[in-house]
Amino acid sequence: MAYPTNYRYTDQHEWVDAKGDIVTVGITDYAQHELGDVVFVELPKPGTKVTAGKTLGTVESVKAVSDIYAPVSGEVIEANADLQNTPEKINSDPHGAGWLVKVRLANPAELKSLMDAAAYEAFIADKAKDASA
Amino acid sequence: MEAANSPHSEARKTPLNALHRRLAAKMVNFDGWDMPVEYPSTGGLVAEHKAVRGSVGVFDVSHMGDIRIRSGRTFGGALAAVQHISMNDASQLAIGQAHYSAMLYPQGTFVDDVIVHRLGQDDYLLVINAGTRQKDIDWVRQNTKDFDCVVEELSDAYTQLAIQGPRAVDVLQKLTDANLGSIKNYWFTHGTVCGLKNILIARTGYTGEDGFEIYVPSDRATSEQVWAKVMEAGRELGILPCGLGARNTLRLEAKMALYGHEISDKINVWEAGLDRYCKMEKGNFIGRAALERAKSAGLTRTLVGLEMVERGIARDGYCCCNEAGEAIGVVTSGSPSPTLGKNIALAYVPPAMSAIGTPIYVEIRSQKAKAQVVPTPFYKRARKTAPQAVASSTAKTV
Repeated sequence: MAYPTNYRYTDQHEWVDAKGDIVTVGITDYAQHELGDVVFVELPKPGTKVTAGKTLGTVESVKAVSDIYAPVSGEVIEANADLQNTPEKINSDPHGAGWLVKVRLANPAELKSLMDAAAYEAFIADKAKDASA
Repeated sequence: MEAANSPHSEARKTPLNALHRRLAAKMVNFDGWDMPVEYPSTGGLVAEHKAVRGSVGVFDVSHMGDIRIRSGRTFGGALAAVQHISMNDASQLAIGQAHYSAMLYPQGTFVDDVIVHRLGQDDYLLVINAGTRQKDIDWVRQNTKDFDCVVEELSDAYTQLAIQGPRAVDVLQKLTDANLGSIKNYWFTHGTVCGLKNILIARTGYTGEDGFEIYVPSDRATSEQVWAKVMEAGRELGILPCGLGARNTLRLEAKMALYGHEISDKINVWEAGLDRYCKMEKGNFIGRAALERAKSAGLTRTLVGLEMVERGIARDGYCCCNEAGEAIGVVTSGSPSPTLGKNIALAYVPPAMSAIGTPIYVEIRSQKAKAQVVPTPFYKRARKTAPQAVASSTAKTV
């Protein structure tokens, strides 16, 4: 699956799609593949303040619980309600319909510290090499 | 998200390790073994689970250990040794029969659970868990010293494949001259499998489904060849390679204990509810005296099945509370159940809270989510095809 070139990425496998000071946040295709079938998602309520690098929510597969870390700081303005009944959207469309939350940025400069698509693809290619070593 | 466990370089590998990697399995370190947890390229955990419930799947369980105990200079020494170190009554086994049992510490808690196979007149094979292999073999050697028997560890001699599911019998029958229809549940035979002579074929498993476990020579070429033939024979039935993830959800639905979870060196037989595999009347065995005392002292906790009523998945180690919010127990295993479409768990709670329907609150990331005690096993297969070893007792439950 291609990594959209207009998104920014974290080393914890979240993506950010910024439109002005509102960003949409999700997990990457690599992340959903590592997790396996997603069966449960727990997201913050609108109004929740989140801090870059701190836990934003939880995604669970049959096998495992994984924390999602906020890629940026700000206030949650919307959580993807569809995921409550159809968490599998995270597997089928991780960069689109499987988005998690929308956040109003507190500090737009944080975006600059995130990876672009090329850097992220190089990052996960390295991880794949490690795993098969 | 957190990165998945990366395999430790020092992890042990089964003879099928390279094959799992060729199949692009997701690998994890399980009790020191580099094992496949699921095979995403053929559908992953849930598809594997459903294949076993609905048709057939195959697992590499070569990490399991095998200990043979046979006669020394005279007959009887092996049986006496097995009786001493395990809680079920091995004297009741016919040649070709197996049973679930456990080795206990003097405290009545678990060294490990085992399947005991009676191979011959005074000749037994104990199949043990991977994570407890060295501890178990040391325990067996130590505690059988005074018996006239020979203890051999055969763990590395076998590649063990579990072919599981209602159609497992059809798949394996294509590959063997043994008449599988005549092997009852928890019995075994020796036959030619894939041209290999004298292969142990047991109607056993850890999925709550009908199925077989076969023990083939552990060289890589033979192991891969047998795997390939099983896959080929099962193709028309939609056979899938299955990993430890599905193995865990399948055994949990069937309420089969996992060492380190439902049973451990801290948990005794009565607490684990394994009374029917513990034969107090057979004579002395390690742990018996403590179990006598524990029985008269009464239980302080008991294993129950839980079903989540509110949203959330109970996981291993999560705290259980009563309505007032007081901690009363712990989840030993918890997962979504692919068969039932519910979130289920096993937990230790006080006997007073073990009645069906009792509300139990599971602490999930500092929130309390409501669950209730439900009957177990969560899943019980319809027993149509496999003839039963104890037909009279199972007939009532069909």
